[in-house]
Amino acid sequence: MARKFLSGNEAFAEGIRLSKPQVISAYPITPQTIVVEKLSEMVENGSLKAEFIHVESEHSALSCAMGASAVGARAFTATSSQGLLYMAECLTYAAGGRFPIVMMNANRSTALPWNIYGDQRDSLSQLDCGWIQVYAKDAQEALDLALMSYYVAEHREVSTPFMVNLDGFVLTHTYETVDVPTEEQANRFLPAFESDHKLDLDHPCNLAFSAGPEHNSAFKYKEHVGILKAKGVVAQAEEKFAEIFGREYTGLTENYRIKDAEYVLVTLGSIFGLAKETVDRLRERGQKAGLIRIRYMRPFPAEEIAEAVRNAKAVAVLEKDISFGYEGTVYTNVNSALQKAGISLPTVNFIGGLGGKNISGEDIEEIFEELKEGYRGVKFMGIGGDGQWRR
Amino acid sequence: MTEILWHGRGGQGAFTAARLLGAAYALHEGRYALAFPSFGPERRGAPIRAFTKLDARPIGDRSEIEKADFSIFLDDTLFGEQAFSQLKPNGKILLNTKRHWEDPKIVFLNAEAIALEILGLSITNTVMLGAFSAVFDGITSDDIVEVIHENMPKKLQEKNIAAALAARRAILQEK
Repeated sequence: MARKFLSGNEAFAEGIRLSKPQVISAYPITPQTIVVEKLSEMVENGSLKAEFIHVESEHSALSCAMGASAVGARAFTATSSQGLLYMAECLTYAAGGRFPIVMMNANRSTALPWNIYGDQRDSLSQLDCGWIQVYAKDAQEALDLALMSYYVAEHREVSTPFMVNLDGFVLTHTYETVDVPTEEQANRFLPAFESDHKLDLDHPCNLAFSAGPEHNSAFKYKEHVGILKAKGVVAQAEEKFAEIFGREYTGLTENYRIKDAEYVLVTLGSIFGLAKETVDRLRERGQKAGLIRIRYMRPFPAEEIAEAVRNAKAVAVLEKDISFGYEGTVYTNVNSALQKAGISLPTVNFIGGLGGKNISGEDIEEIFEELKEGYRGVKFMGIGGDGQWRR
Repeated sequence: MTEILWHGRGGQGAFTAARLLGAAYALHEGRYALAFPSFGPERRGAPIRAFTKLDARPIGDRSEIEKADFSIFLDDTLFGEQAFSQLKPNGKILLNTKRHWEDPKIVFLNAEAIALEILGLSITNTVMLGAFSAVFDGITSDDIVEVIHENMPKKLQEKNIAAALAARRAILQEK
């Protein structure tokens, strides 16, 4: 293992190098560009033996990755924001075709107003397209997820494409210390991709076909089951990962000081580090604050969240997203989890960080403060709640 | 946590210096660093800022530095009264300038002269990194040599090491 000072993008590219995809097809877009640049350098200098295909758009990037996956090759692509949206048609193709492609998405705001900075509206808008979705907290986790993503996606019971999300700029462009594993370690962790369902002249089979009303539901059900099974495979991958690399991960969520917490903040992505520091500060003042980081949005950690907040007094959901006309998508999912578990708590949705707006430690303290008011509904941070100014 | 705010113009290498500093500090076990530029489109010659955070524990706050322990100016045309409001109470300013300053908060040197003499260019980022290592205990001359070897293109390494160490010596002699 080598200790290096890398940006989130660079760390992720290292993780992909170690995962040895055979085909990379990608189109550059800020703030993802550096991943694509680094990988093309690695292919050029021979440290990664892959076919690097320069495509003319994101739609082609994912189509190309599907073609590669269909012949049994390990495929990688990366995008962000408008690029992900331009690719949207192919997202459901890849998922329904059960092509275990890995894609890195640099979370960035969506137009209009045009904006290159980070928020999570791009990937959360594509939650229903059948991809596994995970959100990294730092550069080390980004690198580690590159390796784990292929393990999970290619598992025979899962066979589902996998989207790894890194917050644009605050994670993709920030340099920090990262342990880069050796190739020997990576090889021990990640088996070669083997699929029975591929374009093979010796064993012909039909791929990417149509299915009418009679069979369609069954295919969609199998797609649903595949992504649900990812949960068990994530646990399996993390156990093996800890054995080989010595770093432990905690499945679909990561909890912090949750055990006796009365007020709980649920969030996702790289804001976790700052939220942890804020919880520590509140605990020092005797406030029972706790934290849940959603790592996987799909499959969704419904039981994990419900169990963690069962004895809490109120729950806040902080997300860099809004589903216009209702509420944040993460909030909808969290409320559904609580309702199914028979938990009736006040929950508040804090919409923040849109278009890259900074979220400070004081902002997070304010969330915990407002949570005590028993309010239920949506608040735009720094603006107000549910269509009106409350403060 | 020690927070360092870098000021430069696009093309002067302020972010490279911010990154080298973080990497130099984090060479040692049990030390953590974050380094990032002011995000967004870049233009040569336009004012830019870059940020380095150093600590003995992992750093969670990824937001821009509002109050710095050290504020480093690669270009004194960017320096003004507002610089003092961006400092913590015991904060210091490190200034590349031809002028002489009496203010005890300001550590100054003619980094451009060192850069022109050793690099043959008025690029002062590694010079200011060397100067910073003279006012901050956490970075040794060995760290500077190692971090430049690890992070800069081979043909630039020796000259930049010489320039950084010359600035370090110049400040230490002043002390």
